[in-house]
Amino acid sequence: MAERKHLLDVDDLEREDVENVLETARSFSEVLRRPIKKVPSLRGKTVVNLFYEPSTRTRMSFEVAAKRLSADVMNFTTSTSSVEKGESLKDTALTLEAMGVDAVVVRHPVAGAPWLLRQWLQAAILNAGDGMHAHPTQALLDLFTLKDRLGELEGKTIAFVGDILHSRVARSGIKACRAMGMEVLAVAPPTLLPPVPLEGVETGYDFDAVMPRCDALYMLRIQKERQKEGRFPSLEEYTRLYQLDARRMGKARPNVVVMHPGPMNRGVEIAAEAADAPHAAITAQVAAGVAVRMAVLFMLLGGGEGGERIA
Amino acid sequence: MAFRERVKVMEEPDIRRAIQRISHEIVERNKGAEDVVVVGIRTRGVPLSIRVAEAVSRIEGVEVPVGRLDITLYRDDLHTMSQPVVRETHLPGDIEGKNVVIVDDVLYTGRSVRAALDAIIDFGRPATIQLAVLVDRGHRELPIRADYVGKNVPTSSSEKVRVALREVDGEDGVFIGYDED
Repeated sequence: MAERKHLLDVDDLEREDVENVLETARSFSEVLRRPIKKVPSLRGKTVVNLFYEPSTRTRMSFEVAAKRLSADVMNFTTSTSSVEKGESLKDTALTLEAMGVDAVVVRHPVAGAPWLLRQWLQAAILNAGDGMHAHPTQALLDLFTLKDRLGELEGKTIAFVGDILHSRVARSGIKACRAMGMEVLAVAPPTLLPPVPLEGVETGYDFDAVMPRCDALYMLRIQKERQKEGRFPSLEEYTRLYQLDARRMGKARPNVVVMHPGPMNRGVEIAAEAADAPHAAITAQVAAGVAVRMAVLFMLLGGGEGGERIA
Repeated sequence: MAFRERVKVMEEPDIRRAIQRISHEIVERNKGAEDVVVVGIRTRGVPLSIRVAEAVSRIEGVEVPVGRLDITLYRDDLHTMSQPVVRETHLPGDIEGKNVVIVDDVLYTGRSVRAALDAIIDFGRPATIQLAVLVDRGHRELPIRADYVGKNVPTSSSEKVRVALREVDGEDGVFIGYDED
């Protein structure tokens, strides 16, 4: 297995590495059910959350994960930091390095920012979302949730529905599902699909037609600004064609898994009756997030220097 | 690195008798088996703990709960391990006020037992924690001793002790040997 120190995108990972992360995450979800939900494994390590974009769930999820492993956590968000005074990403990075941090969890509006950090820092870099590019821990926690609901993933079918063009969640998620041998469908209006066809992915515009084939439906958030950009004529038209509502759920397989990366726009991409149905794994995704991020942090920081890394 | 055995210090019947004796000692010390919980340290402590729990159950006629413990997250040598693998810990019910008997195959430096103590205490506050091992080979690095010992096997620190159990290895036996590089 290749030596790894960072988690930048899912294509860094072999299928075996993914299986390892998921198995380790399963052990950590047991830790999260204990009366004392904390283990001493990363005592003395420091993890920085470097967030240049607003985020509640991902940042909190990483923070909880690191704290459950006994690491020290520093949160750095743009509104409370020197970025407001115009400090560059590089200077911020070098400042962190000088403080001696072991891992940097970074979210940045510019695609590729985590790769730049990797060049400047000795610390392990974890990509928590860069521009429209990648969000690997989201993809891993989605696989964890899917596996929990569906068992073996090989040969199962998942449809990503909605704003695939602007979604790093979809971009990493599609790669991860493909790597596990899943059939992946991308369903969206043509204006919300990437101009270059996604490798190994069947694209389509007709949600109702593919519905009966899917073991899982991954609903993506629709930002209302997209309508102003002219990506679709009106929210009403979008919801009529692509919203997951009770009528469409009626055409789905009885055990279909409904997922959403949050935060949901209830009444836009997903109707309340679908979001609250027993099929929905949306809160399970959040719970999986902590266990998966614990696994990734432990695998990147838990072993010795110079040893083989797992993720 | 392959293990090259030199002597077999315990045969299958020796292991069976040692477990039988340890089980009687557990019952004697705890005045029965009412509040006894047996917990094996992964990997080979687990089948041993099941054997001990079954023997105690037979002696006392009560069901003895068994658990398994993964101590990876509590190790003090994580930084020297290249690829630590974490497995699930499972304790049967609440251990508060119970007499927890930790079972392991070999007692050596005592560091695994220290990790196991910390792990167990994170689950609650047992009345007592006791330690049963199949083999005590000496060379302690911490102030830890076993309450129940199958066999004391004096070794030099350059030697290795290998415990084979039929559940994992297909046969029962304890061997002294060394690692071939």
